[in-house]
Amino acid sequence: MGIIQKSQLKSPWVLHYDCSSCNGCDIEILASLTPVYDIERFGIINTGNPKHADVLLVTGGVNRRNARVLKNLYNQMPEPKVVVAVGSCACTGGVFYNCYNILGGVDQVIPVDVYVPGCAARPEAIIDGVVLGLQKLKEKTQMKSEEVAK
Amino acid sequence: MRELVIILLVLIAAPIVGGLLSGIDRIITARMQGRVGPPLLQPFYDVGKLLGKERILVNQRQVLWAIGYLALVITSLAMLCLGSDLLIIVFVMAFAAICFVLGGLSTKSPYSHIGSQRELLQMLSYEPVLILLAIGVFLQNKSFLVKDIFARPEPLLFSLPLVFVAVLLILTIKMRKSPFDLSTCHHAHQELVQGITTEYSGPYLALIELTHWYELVLVLGLVVLFWAQPIWAGLLLALAAFFIELVIDNICARMTWSWMVKLTWTVGIILCLVNLGFNLI
Repeated sequence: MGIIQKSQLKSPWVLHYDCSSCNGCDIEILASLTPVYDIERFGIINTGNPKHADVLLVTGGVNRRNARVLKNLYNQMPEPKVVVAVGSCACTGGVFYNCYNILGGVDQVIPVDVYVPGCAARPEAIIDGVVLGLQKLKEKTQMKSEEVAK
Repeated sequence: MRELVIILLVLIAAPIVGGLLSGIDRIITARMQGRVGPPLLQPFYDVGKLLGKERILVNQRQVLWAIGYLALVITSLAMLCLGSDLLIIVFVMAFAAICFVLGGLSTKSPYSHIGSQRELLQMLSYEPVLILLAIGVFLQNKSFLVKDIFARPEPLLFSLPLVFVAVLLILTIKMRKSPFDLSTCHHAHQELVQGITTEYSGPYLALIELTHWYELVLVLGLVVLFWAQPIWAGLLLALAAFFIELVIDNICARMTWSWMVKLTWTVGIILCLVNLGFNLI
């Protein structure tokens, strides 16, 4: 595994976007940054800038207005990137499924790599989700380098 | 020939030292906050990851200014290590910072514009103290050359103590530590969505990170000048100053630009003028 690929696994920068979440999952995500869970051990930094981020953590269900914003943020992130849907609302719409304004889970708008269910998702589950997302990132870069080699 | 070796050493060793210092910075900050912190080589992993990202540019001028910033910081660091004119080094540092500012201003993002204006205000705050430092050195040595500082038997710290305190004040600004981390914040700060570096991503952000490592070594080099003989004492002084900056970073919150300008222009300049006045008498 090259240096760059190793670095990609060791330094995932996270962009956290709240669609229409009740903030329960957001609080759990921010709690992961605090000393109890301390995800900076894994090199994870919470950046507010999509251009600097590798992992997009999305909470909350998607409605028509924030679908535009979510697509905009996703497009601004440079490859390789991973999307993690945190919480049942981001996965499928949760309790708000079939509401008149909710389009459903995040995968209605952008491709999702990891689903982390829960209401609210526990920080341990969120961290597991991000680690799983990094494995998918590794697979993506490997597939890409195989394509380029062909 | 010897100069070429020094320049090559600076080019290769300075970013490694700067990156390690950056890593130590993050670990000590984490321990002060009750956390474990990332591994020591984390800044290198960050730069490696950034180099592997897709290349997204807003316009071509951005990269030009980032490369200018890198080139001028390397130039001023090389000049410092070759022992040349301290005043010219201060001016080259100013040009480097201007390149950084123009890089931020070259896009239309309001965040990077505010970050650039704040960076200009930071420059406004620290340039007077740097120039007074050069003047203080001239009044002591009758020469601006860094070579002559190393030729002095007595450390500059004894004749320029108040200037040293003022330099510690602006070291906080140059290292982008609270309370003066206004323009672009290094880790996890989202007041201005990363300020000047908002529109930089991937390999271009890696370039700026690299430049920040060179700049860290450069400003700590300015602190080493205060105790040039023996040089290990100067290096210890620089490490102590580095540690003090980390403590200040962790106990202070970010302040406003007007407070920063007021503080540095009153306390900084008055300390320097009092010291120089005493030296003239």
